[in-house]
Amino acid sequence: MEYFRRTNSFFAAAFVLLLAVGLMAPNWFSYLTTISLAKALVVIGLVILLRAGLVSFGQGLYYCLGGYSVGIAGHYLQWTDGFLVLLIAMVVSGIVAAILGLLLCRYREIFFAMLTMAFSMILYGILVKSVGLGSTDGFNIHSVSFFGWEPGTDKLGLIVYFLACLAALIVAVLMHRYFHSPVGFAGEAIRENEIRVEYLGVSPNRIIFSKYILAAVLAGAGGGLTALASGHVDPEMAYWTTSGEFVFVALLSGTAHVAAVFIAAFLFEIIRTYAFDLAPYNWQMILGATLLLIIFFLPKGLWSIFTIRRAGGGVK
Amino acid sequence: MSVILKTKNLSKSFGAVTAAANINVEIHEREIVGVIGANGAGKTTFINMVTGYLKPSAGEIDFRNRNILGLSPRHITKIGISRSFQVPQLFSELTALENIVIAHRLMKANRLEVQAPLKTQSAVDAARGSLAEFGIADYAEAQVTALPQGTRKLLDIAMAMAGSPDLLLLDEPTSGVAMEEKFPLMDTVMEAVKRSRAACLFVEHDMEIVARYTDRVLAFYDGHIIADAPTEEALSNKEVREYVIGTELHREKEGKEERTYVESP
Repeated sequence: MEYFRRTNSFFAAAFVLLLAVGLMAPNWFSYLTTISLAKALVVIGLVILLRAGLVSFGQGLYYCLGGYSVGIAGHYLQWTDGFLVLLIAMVVSGIVAAILGLLLCRYREIFFAMLTMAFSMILYGILVKSVGLGSTDGFNIHSVSFFGWEPGTDKLGLIVYFLACLAALIVAVLMHRYFHSPVGFAGEAIRENEIRVEYLGVSPNRIIFSKYILAAVLAGAGGGLTALASGHVDPEMAYWTTSGEFVFVALLSGTAHVAAVFIAAFLFEIIRTYAFDLAPYNWQMILGATLLLIIFFLPKGLWSIFTIRRAGGGVK
Repeated sequence: MSVILKTKNLSKSFGAVTAAANINVEIHEREIVGVIGANGAGKTTFINMVTGYLKPSAGEIDFRNRNILGLSPRHITKIGISRSFQVPQLFSELTALENIVIAHRLMKANRLEVQAPLKTQSAVDAARGSLAEFGIADYAEAQVTALPQGTRKLLDIAMAMAGSPDLLLLDEPTSGVAMEEKFPLMDTVMEAVKRSRAACLFVEHDMEIVARYTDRVLAFYDGHIIADAPTEEALSNKEVREYVIGTELHREKEGKEERTYVESP
């Protein structure tokens, strides 16, 4: 469709570029990119909520659920197909979100943020106490197959990288359309003025409910991909610092464009890797300083570098 | 003209305060009704009850022979009653055009789409037409925060009319608007209302505006309706002049057309 052609060609070009990079880049680089693509999926969900004026400090809940779903499916049910386990991760996250969402869609602002964090910490608590799932150590993921074909351990990293690129492409195209759709704009409308939305015949709670589920499904996919790439899951995935990391990336990217999220997630992984290298004991300080710089100079996130401010103008 | 809205013994109390008592009102198709009354007389409470924002303590509300008591504002909006607000309720970080496009799309859709774009050419054209109808097409690309108050008021009303309602309730359309802009603003609004063939009920403190634009007036005092009559008759009603308009400042000289009504405090 004409409306999205330019952005879609951009996404397609980025996808081809990523595939090419994957074939040439060293393993550590493609691993880092896989993880950042996976986390970007989670952050896109967070951005969907942010656009509706809600901050979730508990996306780690679904990130972790996605990871554990993949692990449990392979470990206990012997389901190893990569596409199937990712689908399971998304479905499980979606179902849990549909239950919690019934409560959460009535809350806003700090109450929403705290409740989402509380739910993710409950999962963390349960997993830490679950000896059968490895307690604080978590457990390793069975190697996966794709339609019956099992890539060896040497090739698995690259295959998961391609899978992450494909998932990123699909999500980017669909979510870019979503941002520009009536439901996407309804989110912004809710952030700005719920009373008006209600008087336009639409239920803000229902819209938020649907967005919460969508965000959870994306976080589940991100968690599942992370589990496949790292070959391991542990309760840290649900810990509040993990959720905080997603919020960090969302602030870095801003809510203006889907592409910004991927760039921000990649930058975040790079900054963290090098920060850890430079200052093994104080790397958080470097991340903190980065966040401060972003808040001071790019309060609307990375994408504001590319857009011209339209505020105040426009009267012909 | 048939009755579209009918309230029976509508009452609302907040604890010991009676905000509305025994409100019996009938609004007919395409009728323009003014609602007057001092602050706290129950005008906005009435609008809030009709639109489902407040649940009445007692009474009934029928719209087109259907009992709408207990329905939520969004259901009531869907079946054809829209309202505007004393303080315009807009999406302030978006442009005027986006506000209208959202209003059109949200009002008209039964299910909101998740993949098709909001700003299709036809939606944008329709929105520009609506802005032009209200005389604010020049502000289409301006963000709401940059709009003057009168323009915001018009945008608020344009959004209320986006769903082509049968009954439009305007809560103080001219409040916060400069004296000299009030009549042009009401001219614009009333032309749009007449074109849309909606019935319109508006709350107003300026008696000149009430006198010029309404067919009928409802006067509220202390939660009660003290007059429900054709405009001329209601405005010269003894009680209305004493409690609402203010007898001291109101004078009526034979043969003199121009009158200054000032509302009692």
